[in-house]
Amino acid sequence: METNNVDYTELSRAIVLGASALGAGTAMIAGIGPGIGEGYAVGKACESIGRQPESSGAVTRTMFIGCAVAESTGIYGLLVALLLMFANPFINKVSG
Amino acid sequence: MSISDFLRGSPDGIDVTGPKLIASFEIGGITINLTETVVLSWVIIAAVTLLLLWLTSDLKTKDISKKQVLAEWAVTTIYGLVDDTMGKHWRKFAPYIGGLFTFSILGSLISMLGLRSVTADFNVPLTWALITFVLIHGTNIRTHGLGGYLKGYAEPVPVMLPMNILSEISTPVSMSLRHFGNIVSGMVITSLLYFALSVITKKIGIAFCTIGIPAVLSLYFDLFSGFMQAFIFIMLTMVYISNADGNAEA
Repeated sequence: METNNVDYTELSRAIVLGASALGAGTAMIAGIGPGIGEGYAVGKACESIGRQPESSGAVTRTMFIGCAVAESTGIYGLLVALLLMFANPFINKVSG
Repeated sequence: MSISDFLRGSPDGIDVTGPKLIASFEIGGITINLTETVVLSWVIIAAVTLLLLWLTSDLKTKDISKKQVLAEWAVTTIYGLVDDTMGKHWRKFAPYIGGLFTFSILGSLISMLGLRSVTADFNVPLTWALITFVLIHGTNIRTHGLGGYLKGYAEPVPVMLPMNILSEISTPVSMSLRHFGNIVSGMVITSLLYFALSVITKKIGIAFCTIGIPAVLSLYFDLFSGFMQAFIFIMLTMVYISNADGNAEA
């Protein structure tokens, strides 16, 4: 048996990196919510511009604000994913 | 160049880091770090100041020049936007809104010159959001008085006190994170794509991927995203500040 040759530090680093990659991917599930919400908001805005074309300026402005606010949760998910990919806080917890 | 290089980030490949430190010195025990962000901000401030000095020099009332038309258009646009969104009695905020918009849009668009976006440093949007935070609460105290302002936290029922405090704190956090997240995600995605395109070019040997495609991507991730985030930031600032006087208007 060659089990004694395993470098456990390397192994645990590999596990942490793999789990972080999975976590980064999973964090981006947060993109579903804003996608649906913004699509719905833009659809409604199009409807109301169709009904009242003269109010298109105000509707568009309000819609962008609403979209921006709805987007926050997606951005938070993205920041978690970026953190895990480029500034991983867990990799330093692996002790030799 | 293999796929593992792509994932690991090879020496000539992806470089997603914070702003680089240019100089660092100590004054009276306090270390002052001059980062890329600070230096590029100074460049933007100097450029805007020179531009404004040039635009506002030699103003006339009759047969005006082209640059005066441009300057007047910029000023009336900002004032019109503030009037539409906040109401005429909030006009005094127009210079702050205009300055914020200019700095934000130039700070994001400086990436078109191959430099690092100023707004891709979390310190910058956080600073703006904190200024807005102070303005919101200052306006609230000025309209309602300190007592009325403090009473506002216990409305509609005193049980809501922690919730109200949390929602006030989350305002600058979400504003700054939104701006930062959008710009930095654009930066990361474009650098990943540029790297992927250069890898494809090296594999094939003909540089057809690196021509044209980056321009289209830059149009969305740099131009549109930068402009949109600057606009949203000033719109949210205006909405929050004008809402701070509560039902004094209604």
